[in-house]
Parts: sequence; structure tokens; C-alpha cells
Amino acid sequence: MSAPTDLRYTRDHEWVRVDGGEATVGITQYAADQLGDIVFVELPDEGRDLEEAKAFGVVESVKAVSDLFAPLTGTVTSTNDALAANPELVNSDPYGDGWMIKIRLSDTSEMDDLLDGPAYDDLVAAG
Amino acid sequence: MSVTGEKLQPTLFERSSPGRGGGKIPHPPKDALDRLPDDARRATPPALPEMNEPDVVRHYVNLSQLNHAVDTGFYPLGSCTMKFNPKLNEWAARLPGFADLHPMAPDEVAQGTLQLLWELETALAEISGMRAVTLQPAAGAQGELTGILMIRAYHRERGDTDRDEVLVPDSSHGTNPATASMAGFKTITIPSAADGGVDLDAFKAALGPRSAAVMITNPSTLGLFESRIGELLDAVHEAGALAYMDGANLNAILGRFRPGQAGFDVMHFNVHKTFSTPHGGGGPGAGPVGVGELLLPYLPTPRVLRLDDGTFRLERPDERPTSIGRLRSFVGNTGVLVRAYAYIRAHGGSGLREVSDDAVLAANYLKSRLAGTFDLPYDRPCKHEFVASGASLKAKTGVRTLDVAKRLIDHGFHPPTIYFPLIVEEGMLIEPTETESVETLDAFADALIEIAAEAERDPEMVTSAPHTAPVKRLDEATAARQPNLRWRPMAGAEMPCPD
Amino acid sequence: MPYGPHTPADRERMLSALGLDSVDDLFADIPVDLRASALDLPPPEPELELSARLREMASRNRTDLVSFLGAGVYRHWTPPAVDQLLLRGEWYTAYTPYQPEVSQGTLQSIYEYESLIAELVDMDVVSASHYDGAAATAEAALMTCRATRRDRVLVSRGVHPQYRQTLHTYMRNLELEEIPLVAEGEAAGTTDLDALARMLGEEDRPVAGVIAANPDFLGLLEPMSRIGELTHAAGALFVAVIEPVSLAVLTPPGAYGADIAAGEGQPLGIAPQYGGPYLGILASTDALVRQIPGRLVGMTTDLDGKRAFVMTLRAREQDIRRDKAASNICTNQALLALAASIYLATIGPHGLRDVAANGAARATELETGLAAIGVERVHPGPYLNEFAIRVADARTVHRRLIERGFLAGLVLADAEPDDPTLADGLLLATTELTTSGDIARFVAALQEVLSGRPPVGVETGAGAERAANPVGATR
Repeated sequence: MSAPTDLRYTRDHEWVRVDGGEATVGITQYAADQLGDIVFVELPDEGRDLEEAKAFGVVESVKAVSDLFAPLTGTVTSTNDALAANPELVNSDPYGDGWMIKIRLSDTSEMDDLLDGPAYDDLVAAG
Repeated sequence: MSVTGEKLQPTLFERSSPGRGGGKIPHPPKDALDRLPDDARRATPPALPEMNEPDVVRHYVNLSQLNHAVDTGFYPLGSCTMKFNPKLNEWAARLPGFADLHPMAPDEVAQGTLQLLWELETALAEISGMRAVTLQPAAGAQGELTGILMIRAYHRERGDTDRDEVLVPDSSHGTNPATASMAGFKTITIPSAADGGVDLDAFKAALGPRSAAVMITNPSTLGLFESRIGELLDAVHEAGALAYMDGANLNAILGRFRPGQAGFDVMHFNVHKTFSTPHGGGGPGAGPVGVGELLLPYLPTPRVLRLDDGTFRLERPDERPTSIGRLRSFVGNTGVLVRAYAYIRAHGGSGLREVSDDAVLAANYLKSRLAGTFDLPYDRPCKHEFVASGASLKAKTGVRTLDVAKRLIDHGFHPPTIYFPLIVEEGMLIEPTETESVETLDAFADALIEIAAEAERDPEMVTSAPHTAPVKRLDEATAARQPNLRWRPMAGAEMPCPD
Repeated sequence: MPYGPHTPADRERMLSALGLDSVDDLFADIPVDLRASALDLPPPEPELELSARLREMASRNRTDLVSFLGAGVYRHWTPPAVDQLLLRGEWYTAYTPYQPEVSQGTLQSIYEYESLIAELVDMDVVSASHYDGAAATAEAALMTCRATRRDRVLVSRGVHPQYRQTLHTYMRNLELEEIPLVAEGEAAGTTDLDALARMLGEEDRPVAGVIAANPDFLGLLEPMSRIGELTHAAGALFVAVIEPVSLAVLTPPGAYGADIAAGEGQPLGIAPQYGGPYLGILASTDALVRQIPGRLVGMTTDLDGKRAFVMTLRAREQDIRRDKAASNICTNQALLALAASIYLATIGPHGLRDVAANGAARATELETGLAAIGVERVHPGPYLNEFAIRVADARTVHRRLIERGFLAGLVLADAEPDDPTLADGLLLATTELTTSGDIARFVAALQEVLSGRPPVGVETGAGAERAANPVGATR
């Protein structure tokens, strides 16, 4: 199953959807599958400043835990409150209702550092 | 979440009925609490269950029968050393002279216990080749913290404040990096070599002026002895760092290898592994720590001292200012240590060496029985435990090590440790110990071989196991998503206390 | 080897299956220059001799003294059912319940323990336990730092001195300050609220947590609600150090606004054992559930919908988080938590209240008896079942009383050498095991010691022969 082509990806399996100066971020289906049943997502507060490639939160499954890394530099404008009660949305709809944070970008040129769909698929295939 | 399905056993709260039970404690005078200010007093009594003694007994007997235990059957958990827990030791710890002694009683009234503790320290020092031992840490993990804090104190006293890194192999137990973090260090993880041992070159490359310590388990968590340990210890000391040994696997090397003698600066013992004190369903244990000359000044306080007249006393609080202080209240888990002392004295030096001989022989024998059925990633003699892999089985049948483990339950065995160490795919860490008969070892091997065969002809039976345990596989995801961590509803006990 | 099953034939069979001549071959990978020679230990002791020697060693401990010693560890009567149940091999020889299908006994008992303690402390979340009260308090302090992202913790000098020493060790990389006690007046011996307010008011040094005990180490009741208010007003978290039996009659921490409760569970049916193993109680509000270290057991269902219990929120623990774990803890005091649960189930809530109330009644008797011979309490404030008295040359008096068969509590100068108000103090505790006869004889003996008279005749605490043969004598 290939990753959606309208999104961009990091090597740490986060995805990004950019709309003007705002980006929505989540983790990929591959990452969710690797983790197993997600039980908790720890997200930053609104207003927090994020730096590209630095950890901004944690996603926990029953038997594993993984840091979340910011794909781009910016400020958190909103977080997905639905994940507090329904963390399983990350497993069932990672690119839609399982979104995690929205960021107001400070440097859109950083988009060049991200992978496109096919490049991400190659990364996953390489294992 | 709340659960309305069938249950194995009622909880205490479901067995409770207002007004039932009690009557064990004499009634106090009615005015006993009148002198307490009203605002200090509890408004409603705690809603603890009210049961009569027969129901309490039945409850706990029935619950106990839902457990697998060393006393019920084989428990080959790698890295846990599930050996027989001698019954003499339970008797000894319960002697009123030991059990009723208050930890802040003056030294003069505690001479029996102080002597036991002093002799135990001496014995552990001899077993490990260390200069001195502290019995204070309450568990292996607390022992690790003690050791790393002493190393920290050592470097600080020498003005070596740049050393903020602790090196561990990637096969290490999770407590090692967690301990390093607790002590304020950064963990550098070094990948293992292909033969399962430490990658000496990688360690040497990572060692430097920022290295405070390395933490090594020997034999490793794969059950393999580090033949290059001498070279590694030299490299560590040349870099100005100290060497900590995680003593979890001591059962493999009693009388064969003494870490202090070999050059380790500090190590911890897990008396609930090597020295037979019972695991108790998850605790208690004890984690004494042995040190060489360099770390002697930093041992936790108080130490047990022997005077010239043959009596014993505890060190006074300010007697040794270089100490790292206390890790816990009082002198240690003495009740556990009495059991370890009895075990060591029952065996003596020759007996302990036999323990390791038999543990290692049993593990190698069991390993040989499984060759050809499961992958054995490391093609050399193991020590007291070995790791097998279900990777090929998974590739062939889709059945995972987790499924094999659950199916073993149907054969009456507790599963081995699975998915640890992290570096082996579909790993099973198997440690038979020295107290299991050859018949048990063969039966276990036969069961594993049968399950492997079943995985090919009827994988569904394996992936849906266990079938005969009190419960089937559990919904762990919901347990974590909607935690139910205490019984509700709890309202204050409606009945006032009968006066 | 006392417990090994292998006959020479068994060993032979295993060796030949491996194609080896000797077990030494399996140790060939130990470098020759690092091999150990024979261990220099006493020879193996057969169980018959070993048991006699252990019995003799135990008899050299003076557990026959009539004891008024508390100071964090309390003698209570434990119904024999507790120990008899604990001796079932299915309980004490089981391992951590990592395979829940074959560990439902342990798992349900831990869930019940969590529930019982939650009710006692009136809080939402209780961990499956820590090593002891001191370690639990230290973990609580670290929790406040993690949760608030601040690194300064204040601890009252009313908290047990050994707990404070443990805190200093765990808080080495962070900031720990001690809040002084009131020196004189009605509130003497309790936390100095003015000092606390000043310490909380330092804006450039925000506080993560404030720790106070109720009752405090000196036995006194503390103004916990007020301490909680001051703490919360400064944006810090409030940690209450508690004693579980007292919670049958005293306001629990959940009711006075504590965020975290920590304490020693030893009084719940666990013998003193000269220091442990004990039971570290740690509880918190729901908001802090992901910060609480240690194991947690929760309820769930199996594939057939049957109710079951399982260790949960495991991703917080060291084997998964490794260097990011909140704590390195890899244990819980499962068997002690079980003992405490059986104790509570057997004596029941009214029984627990009676234990606390009897201790209080005896303490009143003791206070009255001592006052009648001119020995007064050091502090005037309310207490439950423990208080400090002042006698000239307390250390010598304490020793003289041992000769007369009494353990006259704790010499406070040893525990708190830096507090001049406690010089010549003795900390005395009573429980439901203290009898009126014990108290009368103790007061009489103390009166004798204070008046300088030598020990006389038969009426001593532990029998005339003991009085004539003090310390060191064996039976």
C-alpha cells in the first residue's frame, strides 16, 4: 500500500500536509502498524515552538514507545483533542482523523528536506 | 473501562457485606480519639471490604491457584534464574529473633542480625572478588543506582566533572540505561558484535574523556561469556572510566570467575536470582553491591562494622563523610538477606561452584535438544541460559515466538523470556537453572518441538493459544487506553464503627 | 549440593549428549588468567546444623524487650491467617506477572491492593508499590519535578530523617531544601508555615513540590490543608507522607488536596525484620497517572469476555523506555502488598480503626502516667500514638531501661543531632499491643532510673533473669 502522494514525509515516519503557511502533522500507516495498538499520544501545548528534527511528543502503544520528531520549524497552533479519548484513530485513520498537530511554519524552504510519496515508499521497502 | 463479563474470582469488594467479619481487635475506650481536633479526623471511615476470615482464606487460596509458580512447575525465564526457593530459608527468616527486631533498635540488642549481615557481606565479597559489600539496596535496580552514584562521586572528587557518559551494549537490560539517566548521565549504546559479544573496537572508539563508566553484564544477556573482557576492562581504565558489572547472570560463574578479581570496579548481586530468595510475584528482592578499592570511600551509609571484641555495630551517620548517603530507609531488606545467607552457608564454596556447573550443563543440554527445531543464532557453548529464535518458524508458518510461548502454557510450562534481548529477532531466552531434573528438561524440549510441528500443520491452534489456562489472551490495548486501576464505586463505609 | 537433582548418571548423560568429557569444557572460554580458584568460604552446612546455628543467632537479638519504639516502623498484631496464606508456594515462588494468563492470582491481588490503598488515601491511582516509604517519597519528589518542569523541591524537617537523607541522594542533580520546624509555642515540632511561605515566594526559584508528613516524625499532627493551599498557590504540587493505619481515623491526603501520597506500608501486617523488606506506598491523582513510576495493574477482558487483570501502561517502564524511563524500578514489593491486603481484609475497616484508636488510648495512658512522675512531653500539639518526652541524659536513661527490660523508644539526639530542641528527647510510641501493665511497669522503671536507684527485684519488663543478665547473654 503506497503512501498518499499529496503528502510529504520524514525519515522518522511522520507525514506533513501543507496548506499555505500551515502544516498538519501525523505518523504514517507504516509507523502505526509497527507500533501496534496505540494507547496514548503525548502532544505539546498550543503556542509551543518546534524545531525541525527535534522531538515534540511521544506516541505509546501497548508494548512500545516512540518519539515524534518535528518535520518543520514553527509554532503549534492546535492539537487533535480527539486522540486523548480515542488514540486508536492513529491506527485506523492515520492520515485523516488521526492527525496530531498543526504548525504555523516559519521557513517553508525546509519542505525541500522532506520525501515525497514514492521516495518514502522506497525508504519503507528498504526496511 | 468497566467489565460486566464472567469472572474467575470475585474481588474482595464483591465478597464484602456490611457488618460482616471483624472482631479481631479489642474495642478501644469510647473516648480514645476525643482529644484529636475535629478537623484532623476522617469524616467517613474507609470503605474497605468487610469479610469473615473463612471467606478471606478461601479468596486467597483460590486466587493462588490461578498462578504458575516455581513450586508448581518449570519456569525457564531467561535472566530471572527461577531456581528452587529453599523452605529452610522461609523458616529462618520467620524466627522471631530475626522477624521482630526493630531496625532502629540499638546495636547492643541486634547482635545476632548484625553478625549475620557482616558474615554475608564477607561471603559476597569473597564470591565476587570485591573488597567490600553494601547490603543496603532493596533490589538490583537500586543496586545499579548505588554503583553508578558511587562512580559519579569518585569522578567528582577527582575534579573530573566532564565525564557525563555511560556506555552500555545494545543487549543490556533496560534498567542499565534507566539507571544512568536517573544518575544524570547520558547513555551511549554500543552495538554488539556478530558473535554476540561486545564489539571491542566500537567500545574503544566510544571511550574517551567524557566516559564515566561502562555497564557490562557478564555473561551477557545472551548467556555468552565475554572472552574479551580483560581487554575491555583495560580499555575502560585507560580511558579513565570505571567498569560496572550487572551481576544478574552470576549463576553461571560462581567459583569460576570473580568480577572484582578480573578488574571490575563495582557490581551488584541479585539475591532473588543467584541466591534463591523467592520472587514473591514481583518482589521483594535485594541488590547488594560489591566494590573494589577505588569506590570504598563512597559506599552508602551505614556500614556494618566488626569491633575488636567481636561485637558489631552500625556506622554512625557522620562517621564517613565521603559516603554517597542513603538509598532507602534503615539498613537493608534484612528479611531477604537472612534467606540469602542461609543459602550460601548451606552450599559453601564447593556447593556454589556445583550450582554453576549444573546450571551451565543443563542450559547447554537443553540447547542441544532444540538444535534443528529453532534457530540458535550463536553457534558456541552458552552459559546458564541461551537464546533461541523463532525467525525461521515465523517465515515458514507465520507463527511468532509470542504464539509459541502462549502454547507452552497449554503444556503446563511457564513460557521463557521472549523478545529480550532486543537484538535477537523473535527471541526466546531460556534459563533452566540447576534445580530442574533431566526429565523436566526433556519434557520441555519435547513440548517445544511438538509446538514447532503443530505450527506447520495447524497454526491456528498455536496462534490462538493458550486454550487451557484460566484466561485466554487479554485485551491489553483497551487496558491501556481506558485504564481501570482501582475498584469503583467506593463510598465511605455506611455503618458507623460499632462501639 | 543440597537442592540439586542431578545424579552422576544424569550429568554423564547430558555431557555425552554434548559430546564432552567434563563440564570444565563449557568454561573454556574464560581466559586462563581470569579464572577463579576455589572460593574461601566456610564448608557447606547441612540443614540440621545450619538451622541450629541460625536459631542461636536469632536468639542473640533482644526481641523480648517491652518496646515503645516506633519512628516509622510499628509493631502490630498480625492475624496468623496472613502468614499462613503467604506461605503458599503459588504466592511466594511466582514471578512478575509478565504472562498474565498464568498469573491471574498475583494480578488480581495487586489490583485489589491498589484499590484498598486508594480507598485508604482517598486518591485515584496507586502504584503496585515501591521498595519502602523512603524510596516512594523520593520517587514522589522526582514526579513533581517532571510534572511541573521545575527542579526545586521543599521537604519539611517533620519528615522522617532517613527519608530526607534518601531524598538528598535521589535529588543530587536537582535542588532540595528543608523547611524548618516551629521551635516553640503551640505549633512547636510542626512545619513552620511562615518559613514555607517565604521559600515558596522566591519568584526566580519556582518550586516543583512540597513534602510534609502527617503525623510527622515527632508524632505530631500537621496543618496539611494549609500546607496544601500555600503549595498550590505557588503552582507547586503537594506530596503528603502518610502512615496507613492512622488513615483509618485521620483525614486522608485526597481530602486535604494532596497531589501525591507516599508512605511506609509496614504497619499493615508486615514484621519489622530489622529494616525490610517493606512496602513503599505511592499514590497520585488521575492527572499524574502517566508520571507515576513503577508497575500498575488494571482490569480488562480476555478473548472470551472473561474479566481479567493485566499489567498496564507498561510503556512507561524501564524495559521499554530504557534511558527515557521515569525510573529504573524493575520490581514491586508484590508479596508485601499481598500481606498488607490480607491484613486489611482480615481485620476489616472497623478493626483498622480499633487498631489506631487503641494505640491512641494507650498513648494517652502513657502521657498521663509519665506526667504523674514529672516527665512531660516536649511538644504541646495534638498527636495520635507517638510523642517525644524530655529526660536528662536521655542516652544513659535509655541504656538503663534496656537493662530493666524496656526499649524506651528512640534517642532523638541520634536521629536529629542538629536540633537542640530535641537533645535529651526520647520518642515513644504505643500500639494496640501495648498493655496498661506494660505502661505501669515502664513508668515505674523510668522513675527508678531517674531517681538513680539500681534495679530491684522481680517487677521488670522482660523478667528478672534478663535484668540480672543484660546484653550479650545467650539462652
